[in-house]
Amino acid sequence: MQTETKSKIDTTTTSSGNPVTVLRFEGDISSSSKDAVIGTYQSLSKATVKTVLLDFTKVEYINSSGIALVIQLLMEAANSGQKVLAFGLSPHFQKVFTMVGITKYAGLFPDQATALATV
Amino acid sequence: MTVATARTTTVEVRLPSRLGFEKVAMSTAASVAKLMGFREERIEDLKTAIAEACINAIEHGNRLNEKLSVGVTLSAGTDALEVKVMDDGKGFKATPHKPDIDKKMHGEEDPRGMGMFLIQALVDEAEWVVGANGKGSYVRLVIRLDKEEP
Repeated sequence: MQTETKSKIDTTTTSSGNPVTVLRFEGDISSSSKDAVIGTYQSLSKATVKTVLLDFTKVEYINSSGIALVIQLLMEAANSGQKVLAFGLSPHFQKVFTMVGITKYAGLFPDQATALATV
Repeated sequence: MTVATARTTTVEVRLPSRLGFEKVAMSTAASVAKLMGFREERIEDLKTAIAEACINAIEHGNRLNEKLSVGVTLSAGTDALEVKVMDDGKGFKATPHKPDIDKKMHGEEDPRGMGMFLIQALVDEAEWVVGANGKGSYVRLVIRLDKEEP
């Protein structure tokens, strides 16, 4: 019954030409999303990827187990010296992410262009 | 099932103890709240609170036993919506605590365990009730219509 989480890896560049990796999620993010969230993140090279953008534009539902996966991703990124930014969350989930403190470790932005402008 | 009295209208849903079915309760609650005139922002708060309550009932109350169901009762009054999410577990008296993101990031606190905090933070009242004889526990939530809401 849980909607499958789809994830895709994209690469874009900042205005100054620096490469940035974008993880695009689609569907629900819940306890069954470990492969899509953590697995996809772990497939990135820690040696070359320095900034990761998380795209939640097409995510319809995130529960506390899904938020825990995002925190786990942030932990691994922090340990690898990577910067993580997120965009595309609905106003409600921006509020929820702020309530649990995620904004201390990942900036939240309305869209990709705004997030990229800060890199 | 719908039961209407002079002052409240009650909608009841029974869910299988399978993760994902909390979305049935979310959409039912959203429909009731919309009929009552809640703002979209409050409906989103309600949906997340009910989802977390149902997930707790499915995972911890009924321990994912699909022979057991989770009952959700939505009682729409004139100025508030009361929700009860019932399971067959023993219940618990734990107090929701605010997640410590620094501890979670340093592996000193489980990354999970935010459900009760979110429930309490997103509704106007949240109460965890331990059932008599160690069965039939429930969480009771109340979300009120703001004065400026129609």
